[in-house]
Amino acid sequence: MKSRHKKMVFILAGLAGIGIIVALVMNAFRSNLVFFFTPTQVVDKQAPVGHTFRIGGLVEKGSLKRENDGLTVHFVVTDTRNNMNVTYKGILPDLFKEGKGVVAQGKLDSSGQFVADEVLAKHDENYMPPEVASELKAAKAAKASKTPL
Amino acid sequence: MNWGSFSAFLHMGGYAFYVWSSFGLSFALLAFELVQLSLRKRTLLKRLGQIQKLNEHRGNK
Amino acid sequence: MSKINWYKYSAPVTFYGLAGKMFPGFAILSAILFAIGLYISFFVAPTDATQGDAYRIIFIHVPAAWMSMFIYVVMAAYAGIGLAFNTRLSAMMAQALAPTGALFCFIALFTGSFWGKPMWGAWWVWDARLTSQLILFFLYVGFISLQAAIDDPRRSDRAGALIALVGVINVPIIYFSVKWWNTLHQGASISLTKAPSMAHTMLLGMLIMALACWMYTIAVALYRVRLIILERERNSTWVSDLMKEMK
Repeated sequence: MKSRHKKMVFILAGLAGIGIIVALVMNAFRSNLVFFFTPTQVVDKQAPVGHTFRIGGLVEKGSLKRENDGLTVHFVVTDTRNNMNVTYKGILPDLFKEGKGVVAQGKLDSSGQFVADEVLAKHDENYMPPEVASELKAAKAAKASKTPL
Repeated sequence: MNWGSFSAFLHMGGYAFYVWSSFGLSFALLAFELVQLSLRKRTLLKRLGQIQKLNEHRGNK
Repeated sequence: MSKINWYKYSAPVTFYGLAGKMFPGFAILSAILFAIGLYISFFVAPTDATQGDAYRIIFIHVPAAWMSMFIYVVMAAYAGIGLAFNTRLSAMMAQALAPTGALFCFIALFTGSFWGKPMWGAWWVWDARLTSQLILFFLYVGFISLQAAIDDPRRSDRAGALIALVGVINVPIIYFSVKWWNTLHQGASISLTKAPSMAHTMLLGMLIMALACWMYTIAVALYRVRLIILERERNSTWVSDLMKEMK
């Protein structure tokens, strides 16, 4: 029985060891698991230079501008601390909206403008019927109008 | 009730293709699992019956 | 009340009978819960302000994803117990659960894809949540294939147990992926620490569908383990007695 116990301990230790190695490897590859960088991270030079990466944040209200060709758009991605100007030529997803989440893939050009080749909409984890959503909106607006300047 | 009509229900607010594909394929796969399980049982019982017959035959010798 | 001799049920021959009595109840429960759950999903839960009716995919996507993770942990637990205590039935239970776990994992992946295309604008992205869920699917496939490839049941159980136990670390990674890394996939709508960010009827639909999937899993696993028991014990007297009775 004693040798059986020893064997069990070795097996469990081996498995624990493999588990730890896997955890460490995943940690080491953390940077590659980042799906997007926030505008602040880009400003802090955390985004890879010279090749394609993604930025994510909110589409700043009032920033969406469409060009005359009907396909090219300009908008600003913000994380409330920093902003990023984005240019994109293509169809925007259904859920793309000012004030809502967005993830854009592309490159920074020489002028600091982000030229996107793909734009995805990012939605949050809240689910509510339209009546509740409009109530919330009205409540927010009422609260905002009551705030002293 | 959420829907004004049956066709509105099928239409799923314009997302019919995505919603019905999701539910359709999911339940088709679950049904497939059940069918596959019953087939497996049938094959197994047949095989066990054959083993049984063989053993009886050998036992009678 | 006399003490229940639990050890009796760890013998495959006894558990065969018990499982046979149990699975019909779980099957019926599952069918009822699916009926109620689907009714709530389509006729009670309202449409979503942001996603419209596309969000209803949540009622199969989330239960399937939860089951894929839960089944893997239970499977790994059974495999670990079988490995540590050399109990045959534990290993058989792990083997019985794997295909259903893999199925729910696949369902989670493709319903997620069909939800992502209209809502995000992409069928697939390599973010931490989706990637780790895909890895889970490969772990299931690896477990099933490895066991199928090895003839000797003892060795096959042990090999499977290895994959199951090493892979279990992936489950918390899947769960926390949306918190630890920037992902396209949204965060948790329900958690143990904060209030649910869903309307009540939506939450109810999701929970009932999850329960339905759980009852389904138990019914299927009990049915499948009976077949596994018969296969493994085919040369024993009790099985040949059973075959004689069936004539």
